[in-house]
Amino acid sequence: MSEKDWPLYEVFVRSRAGLSHKHVGSLHAADAAMALEHARDIYTRRAEGVSIWIVQSDAVIASDPSDKEMLFERAQDKAYRHPTFYTIPDEVENL
Amino acid sequence: MTAAASGTELFQYLLRLGDTSLVLGHRLSEWCGHGPALEEDLALANIALDLIGQARLLLQYAGTVEGIGRSEDDLAYLRDGRDYRNLLLVEQPNGHYGDTIARQFLFDAFAVELWADLTRSSDAHIAAVAGKAIKEHQYHWRHSSGWMIRLGDGTDDSHARMQAALEQLWPYTGEMLTPDDVDEAMRAARIGPDLAAIEPRWNARVGAVLTESTLTRPDDGWMQRGGKTGRHSEHLGHLLAEMQSVHRAYPGATW
Repeated sequence: MSEKDWPLYEVFVRSRAGLSHKHVGSLHAADAAMALEHARDIYTRRAEGVSIWIVQSDAVIASDPSDKEMLFERAQDKAYRHPTFYTIPDEVENL
Repeated sequence: MTAAASGTELFQYLLRLGDTSLVLGHRLSEWCGHGPALEEDLALANIALDLIGQARLLLQYAGTVEGIGRSEDDLAYLRDGRDYRNLLLVEQPNGHYGDTIARQFLFDAFAVELWADLTRSSDAHIAAVAGKAIKEHQYHWRHSSGWMIRLGDGTDDSHARMQAALEQLWPYTGEMLTPDDVDEAMRAARIGPDLAAIEPRWNARVGAVLTESTLTRPDDGWMQRGGKTGRHSEHLGHLLAEMQSVHRAYPGATW
């Protein structure tokens, strides 16, 4: 292994047109161009995607796990906020 | 098949294409688990699999053209070194990562041009393989030329190692670009490309990347040849011994 680790990147793959990019994992690379090639080799070799986004991991701003209760638990008893009262037509595959 | 070329010449030509892909694919697979970083390990394994996939299609077709019932496995696992027709360049040992990259770079610059021309081959089988292979080679070229620039224009140490790798491998590049009787027969039948026309395109590709890599193009001196007619360096025998050992120990085994 290299003595000095390459920076970490997060990889997002769009599986097909019309869907949004989804986080699939991370990888190390020396720069953005190499990160894109590595992402292609690691995460799309079984035809998983049609588009890749790369974000340097330290650019991701994440919520603090210890804030979990304050941030998210209050939403759990508000069932009326979920659109579960509609019937979805069969033709709509991705909602 | 076109009438102008004999089946024997086409068979020989298919062995050259197929064996070159197979031997280079096997060489790259030797890196599996030993790459300088996990990501590069996977990148090389991907490239190796592309090449082995090409070799299967080409040797399968070679067996059909030969017409005595040999399968791609028979051709890959049951021929000895002197019956192999791969370029000498691709059988050269992996060395350090920079050596492997330099070998790949010199080959990819050729393969991208060769397979682009082969998409227009008068032989429908070869043209079909080329339609798939050209996309693979374009990516391989992007990978190897990118690394040439990174390592050539990297540290003093990486620069010196890449320059040494180039000098070491340069004498094996002439064989790719110099046509012999089989190449000429393929060109006449419009099955294969005009190697004389590929040479300036190869030089332009290699030259542009070497300039960006701050590396010096070695002088064209004595060029090694013989791979295309079965005269190989001592390295091929060792490679085949490993590649063929399982098949020869357990003939006909399936899994």
